[in-house]
Amino acid sequence: MVLSIGVIYSLPNLYPAKPAIQIAYTDSGKSADQILLNQVKDILQDQATAVESVGLKDNNIIAKFDSFNDQLAGKAALQKILLDEAVVALNLEPTTPQWLKNIGGGPLKLGLDLSGGVHFLLEVDIDSALDNRLESLLNEYRKKFRDDRINVESSRKDNKDLVFSFASDEDYNKALRIFNEDNITPLGTPLYDLTANSARNLIELAYSQSAIKEIRDYAVGQNLMTLRNRVNELGVSEPIVQRQGSSRIVVQLPGVQDTTAAKKIIGKTANLEFRLEAASTTSRLRKEEFDWQDERMGSAFLEKNIIVAGERVTNASSGFDESGFAQVNITLDMQGGRAMQKATNGNIGRRLGVLFVEQKNKSVLTQDADGNDVIEQTSYIEKEIISLATVQAVLGTAFRITGVGSPQEASELALLLRAGALAAPMKFVEERTVGPSLGKENIELGVRSIIIGLLSVIAFMLFYYRWFGFAANIALFANVVLITGFMSLLGATLTLPGIAGIVLTIGMAVDANVLIFSRIREELKDGKDPQTAIQEGFSRAFVTIVDANVTTLIASIVLYAIGTGPVKGFAITLSIGILTSMFTAILGTRAIINLMYGNKNIKELRV
Amino acid sequence: MNFNIPFMRYRRYATIGSLVLLLLSVGSLSFKGLNLGLDFSGGTLIEVSYEEAADLIDIRDLMTNNGFDDFQVVNFGSNSDVLIKVADKNGNSQLGDVIYKFLQDADPSTELKRIEFVGPQIGSELRDQGGLGMLVALGMILLYVAFRFQYKFALGAVAALAHDVVIILGLFSLLSWDFDLTVLAALLAVIGYSLNDTIVVSDRIRENFRGERGFEPDQIVNRSINQTLSRTLITSITTLLVLFALFLFGGDMIKGFSQALIIGVLVGTYSSIYVVANMLLGLSITQDDLAIPEPEGAEFDDMP
Repeated sequence: MVLSIGVIYSLPNLYPAKPAIQIAYTDSGKSADQILLNQVKDILQDQATAVESVGLKDNNIIAKFDSFNDQLAGKAALQKILLDEAVVALNLEPTTPQWLKNIGGGPLKLGLDLSGGVHFLLEVDIDSALDNRLESLLNEYRKKFRDDRINVESSRKDNKDLVFSFASDEDYNKALRIFNEDNITPLGTPLYDLTANSARNLIELAYSQSAIKEIRDYAVGQNLMTLRNRVNELGVSEPIVQRQGSSRIVVQLPGVQDTTAAKKIIGKTANLEFRLEAASTTSRLRKEEFDWQDERMGSAFLEKNIIVAGERVTNASSGFDESGFAQVNITLDMQGGRAMQKATNGNIGRRLGVLFVEQKNKSVLTQDADGNDVIEQTSYIEKEIISLATVQAVLGTAFRITGVGSPQEASELALLLRAGALAAPMKFVEERTVGPSLGKENIELGVRSIIIGLLSVIAFMLFYYRWFGFAANIALFANVVLITGFMSLLGATLTLPGIAGIVLTIGMAVDANVLIFSRIREELKDGKDPQTAIQEGFSRAFVTIVDANVTTLIASIVLYAIGTGPVKGFAITLSIGILTSMFTAILGTRAIINLMYGNKNIKELRV
Repeated sequence: MNFNIPFMRYRRYATIGSLVLLLLSVGSLSFKGLNLGLDFSGGTLIEVSYEEAADLIDIRDLMTNNGFDDFQVVNFGSNSDVLIKVADKNGNSQLGDVIYKFLQDADPSTELKRIEFVGPQIGSELRDQGGLGMLVALGMILLYVAFRFQYKFALGAVAALAHDVVIILGLFSLLSWDFDLTVLAALLAVIGYSLNDTIVVSDRIRENFRGERGFEPDQIVNRSINQTLSRTLITSITTLLVLFALFLFGGDMIKGFSQALIIGVLVGTYSSIYVVANMLLGLSITQDDLAIPEPEGAEFDDMP
């Protein structure tokens, strides 16, 4: 029963993956539709490319081909015509039959070391995000105390603390009340750790642990989202963008060959520019025209002078104003606030524009010296107005944009603002690139060593144990099938060390059978008759087998817990291998031996 | 096969042998240290392949001309494959791309096989995690064996494992082989394998202690080892068969892994025969240690 499940779920690995092309709209918000599908079909037909099938699959169009040459020809043809409208990516599409898919079957996923591709580990610099927050917090309180006429003697940022000292007891008490009122997060936990010294009228403020955690989660979440958007732009078939630990992000792009380009796109930063709208009298030299859909003219003029750029934005969120209309709240750091104050002072009534600046890639069809079509990638900078609103007061570190339309539109604007202002800088801390040729080579070598290893163990067992060895070999073979079946079923990823794990399991899996057989031998030597010897051999070896395997399992679970990437792959195959080998060696071999010797009156037994 | 080798007669020599090996390993580890691979040391590694045999001297010159000083250029696998390692303390993730670019400018047939960059922080983290994992694994195994057998067996098993691990590390240090993540994985697999052996031997010692009265402990231990010897050898042979297949045909990326395991299986087989038995006899194991506990009800009589 278990074996048949193993067989069924390992079946998909026998169906080779077909070369395919994945096509999606460049605009990631738009899913592939019938129009694009027809367009793709037409293009492929015009080019007389031998395509096997074209169809829609989860927001993408998948075209399957019979050979890699057809696939490449198809890609070139599609790219030439679709250019920037759609992302065209090479892909491998499993050919698992429908009935297998229906019961959740699918081939093994290959790790990067087998499929080729890039792995990045990025670290989000939380400290600088925290510093920014503290700076703007300091500024906010300075303003508040000024407005409330609280006399502050000195205020400064000291490492991770803000230190305020007050002129009088009265000022101190008022300030303390304000701090205590603010000291709560939306979740009800304290926002600050406050240390008050009433004798010296000194208050020290630091973010509480829970607030720091929230800031960290926000910063990482923000970066994660930005990264996902950028990775989508790359058109990779199965990208992974995941948070790892408290402040790291893993990006895996299987099959990507041009790593430099991938890194450029991932590492690039979108930016924001806050500029005042140019007055109609401003000279042409000092203003620029940008598209702006809300305007009757379809465009607006902004001054060339940039007040504040994206790195000064510490937070942006959507909310509601007093009368229930959607608004966007923006927080700048201290320096940004000062610049904004200077720029808006005396300019109330004028409009303030926010530009979204992004580096983009464009494919251009050109011809090389020999007259062949070449698609060239050029990068350019795109600037677009995302907000243009009237200044109603002198702005500081915290201000809001009202009249932004629906709550949906407000949250979109906040998202854009945040995407432009990467919540915290990131840096690459680990990078692994595996070229496609190495991946293929690794698969070949891995499969070859599995086969050679398996054959030599089978030969040895046959030679040493004869018929019992034959039974053990069938169990061993079943074991390999079970491992691949379970790994496919669990959706585990096969890596090169994972293959090593399978090879090692093959060597160690016969151990249980060896234990049983040598027990049977001893029982025979003690003068027991063959049937009893077999019975006794199995039951006495059982305890030993369990003890020995449980301890190995402990080691491999620890390995899984501490390992990363490829090593985890090894731990997974080893653990699965231990479990399946216990099963096949104890139950499987027993069944076979019963079949061979059961109900027979054997006079002599050779083990 | 029936064996009757008086293993325990030679146990003093084995002890001396083990101690010498351990001292050599510890000595090499403390004076020479491990040749840490990229995973643990941090830095940049780039593997490229050429159409023809690569000229390492040319590549070294190229590296120097481009301002690199702390680097290694070696052949990897075949003489058309080249591995370049750059130690970089600053964690600059661009180095690999930079190097590949000027290599390709010098020879357009250069094909990129892989680039690995590990930041200095990640390196030290992996190092700490690896060491910790090893200790956790040993600790948990100690507990399990103590629970299933008896603490003297647990001490023996863990001593055998530590013995194996130290000797493998010592050999890697002595021969300046690269110690990377896959070797660490192999080390943990060795722990698993050697333990397998140890448990099988211990299990038999326990059974014989319980079953047969009136023998000296070293006689019982000796007989147990002989009874399990054919199984120990056969399992070692089959495991070595696949490991050699992996070593010879598995490619260079897992060479370190199979090397570590091959040594591990050899040392592990030896240690399950001698180290455990030695520890047990050294701790003067007696039959009372292994007596099957009285039925639980009996204990209640003693309670006040």
